[in-house]
Amino acid sequence: MASTAHPYSKPAKAHEGHHEEEQDMREFLMYDPKPRGEMNQMVMESMTTTSWKFWVVFGILCVLVATCFIYAWGYMIAEGLGVAGVMRPSYWGIFLVNTVFWIGISHAGTFISAILRVFKAEFRRPFTRAAELMTTFGLIQAGASIFMHLGRVWLFYWLLPVPNQRMLWPNFHSPLMWDLLAITTYVLGSTMYLFLPLIPDLAMARDRSTGWRKTFFKILALGWRGTEGEWRHLTTAMNFFAFAIIPVMFSVHTIVSWDFAMAMRPGWSSSVFGPYFVLGALHSGMGAVAIVLFIMRATMKHMDYFIRKEHFDGLGKLMLIVTFAYSYFFFNDYIVQWYGGDKWTDILLHWLEEGPMSWMFYQLILFNIVIPPLLLWNKKLRQTPWLLALIGLMINVGMYWERYLIIPVMLTINRMPFTWKLYEPRIELFLTIGTFSVFLLFYMAASRLIPLIPVWEVQEGQMTHSLRKVGKAEVPTVSEFE
Amino acid sequence: MKTDLNMMGAKGAIVEEAEGKWGMVIDQDICTGCQACVAACAMENNISFVGEEDAGYGRTQHWIRIERFWEGEYPEVKMTPNQPMLCQQCGQAPCEPVCPVFATPHSNAEQLNLQVYNRCVGTRYCANNCPYQVRSFNWRDYHIDRFHANKVDGKSVYSFHNQFNPDVTVRRRGVMEKCTFCIQRIHKAQDTAKSEGREVVDGEFTTACAQACPANAITFGRVDDHESLVSQLSHQKGGVKHLEELNTLPRVTYLKGG
Repeated sequence: MASTAHPYSKPAKAHEGHHEEEQDMREFLMYDPKPRGEMNQMVMESMTTTSWKFWVVFGILCVLVATCFIYAWGYMIAEGLGVAGVMRPSYWGIFLVNTVFWIGISHAGTFISAILRVFKAEFRRPFTRAAELMTTFGLIQAGASIFMHLGRVWLFYWLLPVPNQRMLWPNFHSPLMWDLLAITTYVLGSTMYLFLPLIPDLAMARDRSTGWRKTFFKILALGWRGTEGEWRHLTTAMNFFAFAIIPVMFSVHTIVSWDFAMAMRPGWSSSVFGPYFVLGALHSGMGAVAIVLFIMRATMKHMDYFIRKEHFDGLGKLMLIVTFAYSYFFFNDYIVQWYGGDKWTDILLHWLEEGPMSWMFYQLILFNIVIPPLLLWNKKLRQTPWLLALIGLMINVGMYWERYLIIPVMLTINRMPFTWKLYEPRIELFLTIGTFSVFLLFYMAASRLIPLIPVWEVQEGQMTHSLRKVGKAEVPTVSEFE
Repeated sequence: MKTDLNMMGAKGAIVEEAEGKWGMVIDQDICTGCQACVAACAMENNISFVGEEDAGYGRTQHWIRIERFWEGEYPEVKMTPNQPMLCQQCGQAPCEPVCPVFATPHSNAEQLNLQVYNRCVGTRYCANNCPYQVRSFNWRDYHIDRFHANKVDGKSVYSFHNQFNPDVTVRRRGVMEKCTFCIQRIHKAQDTAKSEGREVVDGEFTTACAQACPANAITFGRVDDHESLVSQLSHQKGGVKHLEELNTLPRVTYLKGG
């Protein structure tokens, strides 16, 4: 146990374990400090160094966004939803699958950032921003997917309580209305939560850049100078948001699940959908963070200093826990529904296990429940970045299938057998590629425009952690900062 | 003190006023499945023709459909009676509360479920939540869609050039629609009766489907009037309401095995 004990949570224990395997504490970012100037320079370089490969990928993504997102969506608006595959009985198709998927992705950002910050988990420091960016950009995609889904998207503002002559008000009984409010709250909250810790880094970048970048950072840094009072205000505000955003995060995905759970459909009206969806969201979000960290480390300059084995290790442990929790809710949802013995639910479950989409059901179980715990228990495997990214990808594929099963496949079965028909996606496939391209494009652009590493948080962490010599041994120590 | 749950509008409260106002009785034993009601409904209510491909994919716009089922394995199949399925005008409609923009309100005057085409933004939640699956969505602008027009002498002829009812709105793409119990006929009859200073007489008018039915399998009228034909038929033995266990309080009674 001692050899695997986390050096941050139990520094003394790690020392006690020196009989077994002596671990070099300098493998950990917090005990491997660099001078502040040098570290700032590294982060600046990671933003400004751009190879031709970046521009090739960037160009391809631009083309994909123009064709698969802007053109395809415009075509669909002009022609009507007939060009998509939605029909009776699957009135909701991949658009809502994408919405739920992107909201799921956006969950991990806040989870990692806010919960780990509240609990003062030190390994979070270098990758909170990468995760928070995922939240914001994922939510943008979720919003876009909802609007794609609307039959008359040009009238979307009718969902908002806009004062109007006819005194028409949105229907607050509708789960879609709750959804809209929850997602709007989440977008605003998470964007502010992304921006607050960014301010000192923007100021750092402002002081170290020239030309248009300087103007850009100058505007965004809001005149930050780093005085004692400014820091006090910032930490207070960040504390506020870290605590406030956690309940918002839980409520958002619960409310998204209510879009389904409140409906009178076999397979949907399940009271466990709330926590099941929250855990599903965390599951896919953790996987997405692993993929993003792997790509960042592999492609951006100096990132192997900031993102280390320990971070993949910590993330892997979180993924393992979330996998177990997810499995619990998965079986709880399906087994309780099966035990209920409702006629339509029975037909639906048979349809899932032996219908034409059963391959999806079994892949979901394999990718989300069986494989991750078989690999993630092992420390060596957890510390292999590409493997963790692969598991993350697998979990995300599985989670996409899960949402696909819940929306169009479960909609196939209703109480009117005359209308049963299997959904085939059409233009939705292009629009799905489109949303993924927009997400990647935004992320790539952001990686050049804002520091993806929260430098001041890393520096703050490194100041509190130190190695002390006691006799011949080096003892890791942590001091309270606040 | 006994609390009246109905006064509070609480969910699950037993609704006393289960009858409603307008209702329908469909006798499945004498329905021949001729589809005349479907055709009449399409003509009365300006329902678009969606073309062969879309119809095959499950996008027909018809507000009433004849469902046919058979029981048993292949050689010994037995047809069940034809089942015309249309909006049941539920007293507690699942489609109503889920609309975020109030495009599916409940008419207190007529006790019908309304669909406000102008207000609909096309979330399709109502159609998902309808246990009878009787709502149809305008996937395209079928009435002006060049792909669905006939070519006559080099000119495009759209379906509404041949048959069009000026009393009913033409729905554009992206809105939901459903059976209205021919509300334009209800209003017309009520207006005529009012101008003549009398009440609407039972059998004075009927819906397009009931009018077209050659076997008289469909009867329409006031269910709250116990003298009317429709309420007498609906209280017959063997009258059932579909998916009654969901407590949607449907207004359409099906007669079977009488």
